[in-house]
Amino acid sequence: MSEVFTKSMARNIYYGGSLFFVFLFLALTFDTMKTLPQQDNRAAITPQVALGKRVWEENNCIGCHTLLGEGAYFAPELGNVYKRFGNSTEAIKAFIRSRPANGIPGRRSMPQFNLSEEELEGVAQFLKYTSEIKTQNWPPNIQG
Amino acid sequence: MKYQSQKVARLYFMAAIGLFTGQILFGLILGLQYVIGDFLFPAVPFNVARMVHTNLLIVWLLFGFMGAAYYLVPEEAERELFSPKLAVALFWIFLVAGALTILGYLLVPYSGLARLTGNDLLPTMGREFLEQPTITKLGIVVVALGFLYNIGMTILSGRKTVINMVLLTGLVGLAVLFLFAFYNPDNLVKDKYYWWWVVHLWVEGVWELILGSILAFVLVKVTGVDREVIEKWLYVIIAMTLITGIIGTGHHYYWIGTPGYWQWLGSVFSALEPIPFFMMTVFAFNMINKRRLNHPNKAAVLWAEGTAVMAFLGAGVWGFMHTLAPVNYYTHGTQITAAHGHMAFYGAYAMIVLTIISYAWPILRGEKAANQRAQVLEMWSFWLMTVSMVFITLFLTGAGVLQTWLQRYTDDPLPFMVVQEKIAPFYWMREAAGVVFLIGLLVYLYAFVARGKPAEDATAA
Repeated sequence: MSEVFTKSMARNIYYGGSLFFVFLFLALTFDTMKTLPQQDNRAAITPQVALGKRVWEENNCIGCHTLLGEGAYFAPELGNVYKRFGNSTEAIKAFIRSRPANGIPGRRSMPQFNLSEEELEGVAQFLKYTSEIKTQNWPPNIQG
Repeated sequence: MKYQSQKVARLYFMAAIGLFTGQILFGLILGLQYVIGDFLFPAVPFNVARMVHTNLLIVWLLFGFMGAAYYLVPEEAERELFSPKLAVALFWIFLVAGALTILGYLLVPYSGLARLTGNDLLPTMGREFLEQPTITKLGIVVVALGFLYNIGMTILSGRKTVINMVLLTGLVGLAVLFLFAFYNPDNLVKDKYYWWWVVHLWVEGVWELILGSILAFVLVKVTGVDREVIEKWLYVIIAMTLITGIIGTGHHYYWIGTPGYWQWLGSVFSALEPIPFFMMTVFAFNMINKRRLNHPNKAAVLWAEGTAVMAFLGAGVWGFMHTLAPVNYYTHGTQITAAHGHMAFYGAYAMIVLTIISYAWPILRGEKAANQRAQVLEMWSFWLMTVSMVFITLFLTGAGVLQTWLQRYTDDPLPFMVVQEKIAPFYWMREAAGVVFLIGLLVYLYAFVARGKPAEDATAA
């Protein structure tokens, strides 16, 4: 780089630029938090949904599945599984309940997590709540 | 080695390489589970193996960064480390906590580990990359604070070079942003929004400061180019990193329940994110072309060049490929993401740690460079690992393109598992490339054996 462009100019761009964008990011975050109530389906967060989120977390579901496209890519997207399963929490519960403990020979299979009825209901309600978050029409289709 | 206390870096580098090896072994298990679904089931289910794979990556990179800091900070500050004893103590705390956590993942069902560690008191577990029990996270904070204290005291009471100050900024940022790992609201959208403050603002923010300063340090040492020139480059690169990368976080805010304007902001700013990586490539090659000395450690120079190229390809090019919102609408959460993740992490962060180890290890043993044979072996390992990572990325990209097409783009989208079976040949090829990577890693490890007895042992005896 030429002599015209000095180290102290570079330093000023670094400090000034970074600081400006940190503040811009904070302002955008503030605005996002203000608009979230219209999008994030927070009215649906019941104690049951909160329990379901904990069940989701404490069984590391994200270690195989994606949720709104984030997570591992080994098993299907679950952000819209409630809709894929015909808008049925019962279908979700039945699926989780029926996983064979020793898997399926040669194939990927979800582990048997031995969830209680309360936990099953919670995680199903959590997935229902998630499917009703406004995600700018993602995923493109029902297959997730 | 100018200062005795730099020696503490050796411990950190050894742990980094050991955990790196573990990470690769679990990577091979995961790759096999992609095609032989019941491999090791139910003893080591995919989610457990993946958690071990990604957590080992994070921990070995952190060991690498800390080792790098303990090596280069005293030399830059022109004084001994503030407290070598603290550095050794923190090493063992971090290693034992890390090992216990990994063993916990492998030996106890995850829900049991959550109960055992009292996740109910402050639930932070079960989110991607932040799976560590809350108590481990607290341990990480303690280690980070002790580490920053040690490094900070050294830097602030010594010569304050740009490299040291940028490194310190990056490390402080790393520690501060990690605190968002403790924020886990019931609202999934908010949870995800701030989760990215750890994940994105680490790897596309402050970690790039750490990467840049380590690369700048090594380039100062192996090229002999005037420090003023290198520091100016460093400032410009990290300026571009933060100018593009902070708002670039928006490319994660397209489809998680956040407002639509993030599609514009995320697309525009993250499309600029390759710029600092490209500048890093130009920087590294420029400095090496203008070198004023021929450093005998050819392997270290090769790693530095490799980092500059592979970080640009993996983070820059493969990141740009799926970062624009209209493209990402179809590729989000497919194997395209996995392809990008593999080459970006290897190219930017694994390779910079291997660069500083390559440069510092001989010096810590009391020699300027390893013997010819060990260097040739190390360079072989460089090519084996780097080329096989290119192929891993290409095969995953192939899998991802097909997956995007079959599951997302056609008029008759197919279910996830049907698509997975159709793209299995790509997974097999990825696994084969993974085996070559392991061979490369074994050559890398053997290169350490081939170095023979350290020179300093001979003088000590």
